[in-house]
Amino acid sequence: MELLKRNPAALFLKILILAGIFSAIQYMISFKILSTYYQMTLTTLCLNIILAVSLNLINGFTGQLSLGHAGFMSIGAYVSVVFTQNLDAPFLLALFMACLGAALAGLVIGIPTLRLRGDYLAIATLGFGEIIRIILYNIEAVGGAAGITGIPKLTTWPWLFGSVVLTILVINNLTNSSYGRAIVSIREDEVASELMGINIVNYKILAFIVGAMFAGLAGGLYAHFFYIIKPNTFGFMKSFDVLVMVVLGGLGSTSGAVIAAIFVTILSTVLQSFPELRMVLYAMVLIIVMIFRPQGLMGNKELSFKILRRKRGEAKK
Amino acid sequence: MNNILEINHLTKTFGGLNAVSDVNMYIEKGELVGLIGPNGAGKTTVFNLITGVYRPNEGSILFDGKSIGGLSPHRICREGIARTFQNIRLFKNLTALDNVKIAFHKEVNYSLLSAVFRTNRFYQGEDQIEQKALELLEIFQLGDKRNELASNLPYGEQRRLEIARALATDPKLLILDEPAAGMNPQETNALTELIHWVRGQFNLSVLLIEHDMSLVMGLCERLYVLNYGQILASGLPEEIRNNPKVIEAYLGEEVTKVVSGS
Repeated sequence: MELLKRNPAALFLKILILAGIFSAIQYMISFKILSTYYQMTLTTLCLNIILAVSLNLINGFTGQLSLGHAGFMSIGAYVSVVFTQNLDAPFLLALFMACLGAALAGLVIGIPTLRLRGDYLAIATLGFGEIIRIILYNIEAVGGAAGITGIPKLTTWPWLFGSVVLTILVINNLTNSSYGRAIVSIREDEVASELMGINIVNYKILAFIVGAMFAGLAGGLYAHFFYIIKPNTFGFMKSFDVLVMVVLGGLGSTSGAVIAAIFVTILSTVLQSFPELRMVLYAMVLIIVMIFRPQGLMGNKELSFKILRRKRGEAKK
Repeated sequence: MNNILEINHLTKTFGGLNAVSDVNMYIEKGELVGLIGPNGAGKTTVFNLITGVYRPNEGSILFDGKSIGGLSPHRICREGIARTFQNIRLFKNLTALDNVKIAFHKEVNYSLLSAVFRTNRFYQGEDQIEQKALELLEIFQLGDKRNELASNLPYGEQRRLEIARALATDPKLLILDEPAAGMNPQETNALTELIHWVRGQFNLSVLLIEHDMSLVMGLCERLYVLNYGQILASGLPEEIRNNPKVIEAYLGEEVTKVVSGS
């Protein structure tokens, strides 16, 4: 309620914009204005936002190079499917368990690997992603290499929209608190951070758990939209795609991650009209962006009403 | 217990090298003690041992009567030891205000869930931290620089910000690693006054490493001289100044002969 007191106009405006986006797209889906193809793109877009924002917490804010995000996503996907298909659980519970499962994996991976730094951590998380994939590959109960098919389509626009908003809200509130500052200080200087009384191991693990949790959520949503999941869907390339979005948006900027996720999704959709040149053009766009904006589209700044207000204030002077 | 810090038989080896061997030191409550010595004598290693960056091989470190040897750095900080660094280690891409706010983190009085759900408690806690951090910046004449990135501040202000950040952790013992390095004589004088004032104001004991002899002699009440990882001499600044062993360590044997006229 404090938020209402502090800045009622901004809060009201935010709710209005979100409600507007939600109802506009819901309208287009209900009246079949959006084709199935565009609905698929929309789903990919939302999942990419969730993945990029959550990976940005680990890579951007905490400064720990993780290449295993798809691994957490696959755990979420498989756990949720087991709950809906085998146990007939409601979707909400399945998604909750997907988050919990991925968060647990984040904890288990975090404790031994977060002693490592930089390149070594990257290799360890890469290995983790591969281990998950190979394990799923060899469990016949979840279909082995063929994966699971015939998953009920439960992921609808309200679920996607709610999940995106929840992810951004939680990670944004976390990073804009004393806990978030502690996390960012680890990225800036681990030694100084620890000498200022910050338990860096705990906060690294916290970032890993929260990041993994939302990757699990994305996995659960993915599985219940695309009917089918296979271990190979969640390979290294998937982790890499998300990493590209995070770097492109700017390490340590949540709004940057959102913008980059939208940008990359739209770019690869548009480029599908040129199948033979698709990857070449995709790579070229990335290279060009990196040459002109090496710090990413947003750097470590955030897009907010405050910036707009400050700009207006400066203009008045 | 009158000693805030007591170090007994402290030893640290790196491979076969004795970086620090059998060092004994103490600091009384409220005292301002200097640790001097030639380059490579092991001064910073002693600091790293006290603040938990390194684990000692042997010996004990008692802080306020409690053994802190081998504790992790963040625990030692919470016990009440704060430090600055020889080559400034601010959080460079953050504002001056955020640098100080981070050091207040151990006082945070709202939970993680409170932060995520933005409860009233979160806003009150943030207001408190913000206010305390601003007060501290004002004291160090950095109030108008609060929104500057730490890396954009001039050198002297970065040094001041580092001390402000250390004080935000509410220490009982402040450890300064070459605070006057790279400063001109005027800045050094201002720093001397600042350290004196800070000690009284925050009720601190201070241990500092320094090469600038005018600062050391003017500021410290007692000195330890470290050479090749061992305590060479200790005592009042005048005693140290005239100690032939110290002159030899700093200037070489030949000079000692010249100085003593032999």
